[in-house]
Amino acid sequence: MLRVFPYFLQAAWVTLQLSVLSCLLGLICGALGAAARLSRSPVLRLVGATYVSVIRGTPALIQIFILYFGGPQIGIQLEAFEAGMLALGFNIGAYMTETMRGAIISVDRGQNEAARTLGLSRFETFRAVTLPQAMRLMIRPLGVNINALIKGTALVAAVSVVELTYTAQRYIGSTYKPFEMFFLAGAIYMTIIYVTGHGVSWLDRRAALK
Amino acid sequence: MGLDFSVVPAFAGALLLGMVWTIAITVSAAVLSFFGGIVFAVIALYSPALIRYPFRLFAWLFMGTPLLLQLFLIYFGLIQIGVDLPAFVAGVIGLGLHFAVYNSDIIQSGILAVDKGQYEGARTLGLSRMQTLRKIIVPQAVRAVIPPIGNNMIALLKDSALVSVIGVAELTLTSQMAISRTFRPFEFYVTAAACYYVINLGLEAGLRRIERRIQLAR
Repeated sequence: MLRVFPYFLQAAWVTLQLSVLSCLLGLICGALGAAARLSRSPVLRLVGATYVSVIRGTPALIQIFILYFGGPQIGIQLEAFEAGMLALGFNIGAYMTETMRGAIISVDRGQNEAARTLGLSRFETFRAVTLPQAMRLMIRPLGVNINALIKGTALVAAVSVVELTYTAQRYIGSTYKPFEMFFLAGAIYMTIIYVTGHGVSWLDRRAALK
Repeated sequence: MGLDFSVVPAFAGALLLGMVWTIAITVSAAVLSFFGGIVFAVIALYSPALIRYPFRLFAWLFMGTPLLLQLFLIYFGLIQIGVDLPAFVAGVIGLGLHFAVYNSDIIQSGILAVDKGQYEGARTLGLSRMQTLRKIIVPQAVRAVIPPIGNNMIALLKDSALVSVIGVAELTLTSQMAISRTFRPFEFYVTAAACYYVINLGLEAGLRRIERRIQLAR
């Protein structure tokens, strides 16, 4: 077990990088998706709704395969890590779209109407009144999305990215100690999730104080 | 190399069979996770401390680690300690247990939300603890939490693609087999995605019907 530990730590670093990068991409996709779904243009609304429906209606594993194995056929040549990171980011972005949209529309309508009556433009109202309140509401549910994303990074093991799950599987095969390897990888995942969860709670508390 | 979807129809039969297996594994695991979730919820809330705390640890471990890792443990791990399960069975157990833990979490909150008077009333009428749980509390609790459990079932359908890595010939693995013959990954994975999307639409429509019926029954 001590002998394999350094390899697990290396793998944990890959898992961490995947999580952070695809989380950032997911937040960007989520913000754009929510903006599209709430926009006044029917075309943008349709684009947003299609993005959410297609991504959430198909398995993340297939999405990774389409990008990594199918990409070269349409001129997109990516390393396994890049393809996995992009696919995971687009995937979680669809879930984050719904989270952000839900938070924005659950801000009391009266706030919007009052701000408009006071003479603020649509954009000013959104930036100064709706968004700050929505941000506070979306921290916890986004934390749930991020928790799912961290566990979801295991999927890139299927395209041979040497992250935690791939490493655990390899050493299950070579050491004949399945349970030890499972607990080692499991403990690292849970540490990452635990720390992230605390970070989210901290943000949530800080946002509530203001 | 351009795209050519005309290679797909030749494999229509195989893909259809793959879809049938995907549905079979989803339904089997869904049933296991539903009843498993009820049993787990009752254990987590009502069993003696000696069982309850180890169980909560197990549940916490299952919720904090990836499903793929659990599938590897169940399939490759059990072989090494001499339990050789067929891949389909290992897949159903892995998916079923994973989602049973998630369902249990939801059902627990459902049980706690059932009015205390229901429990007291049933006990006063002479029902035993077990009878009260089985006939009074659990049915009301489960009915209240059907929508979130339905969401878990949709997630289960999509996660059923993961059992392809342990060799269950469902939709994803069938597509991979077709790809290894034709070298056309894009076409077949997009087709597989479309098939999942269609099954998903069917599942969502079914869940909406169940939800409506439950609301009418109340």
